[in-house]
Amino acid sequence: MIKRYAFVVNKLPYKAETTRLALTHAIASQTAEIHLEDGQGVEPVIAFIGEGVLNCLKNQKALDIYGVTSQEMHLKNALLLDLKVLVCKEDLERFGLSQDDIVMDAEELGAEVTTQVVPFDDIMKEIETADQVLYF
Amino acid sequence: MGKLTIGCFSSLVGSLTLDFAVKLAEAAIKKGHEVDFWLSGNATMLAKKNQSKFRDYSHLAETIKELLGTGRFQITMCEACGKARGIQEEDVMEGFQIYSMDWYLASIYNADRLVHIGGE
Repeated sequence: MIKRYAFVVNKLPYKAETTRLALTHAIASQTAEIHLEDGQGVEPVIAFIGEGVLNCLKNQKALDIYGVTSQEMHLKNALLLDLKVLVCKEDLERFGLSQDDIVMDAEELGAEVTTQVVPFDDIMKEIETADQVLYF
Repeated sequence: MGKLTIGCFSSLVGSLTLDFAVKLAEAAIKKGHEVDFWLSGNATMLAKKNQSKFRDYSHLAETIKELLGTGRFQITMCEACGKARGIQEEDVMEGFQIYSMDWYLASIYNADRLVHIGGE
């Protein structure tokens, strides 16, 4: 049986470690099976809401300036691993941003899935139907 | 009896969040439940041995030792988070496990309840 975990990110990038840990934990779902029985697995969905949508901005320079992996790089890795990534449409608009400003794909890495900008109601449905919710 | 998984990302020193999480674990153990406790981010500081006990700072080593003694409590430090802070296997208190983040996700899978406490 596959269980669905919702990783909800509502905090700013880089101000604290927590948003980075949201992405790294979500990506770690790919290897959770090592500790589980046959047939068991974890399917993550990552949802960015509130100030958390700023984690998805394009052209982050964390690696160039601070020598640390950017949230953008983690996000692209998540897409490469076919993780479902949702960004709250209303919160994005609240910051004057659109799909053009955020990481929508990782084509250069060969990722096939893309980020989905969706209304908050859709994110709530994901949260309500998830087996577990991890709020970062 | 049930199984509770607690994930904590807050530092031992700096807030009482980790103290609260351990108190919650203690209460659950006293009621006969099992607890898996995950330390990630700054919470990995809890795993470090030889921490001095000062009244001005949180000190949870004795409580953790008692909880481990029940046989119904597991505590695991995130390997990468610990190593990034210079906490190696030899620096960790007896009874602590070290795994990568997938351990936490697998623990949640079989948990009756999850309490996920994000960091600052």
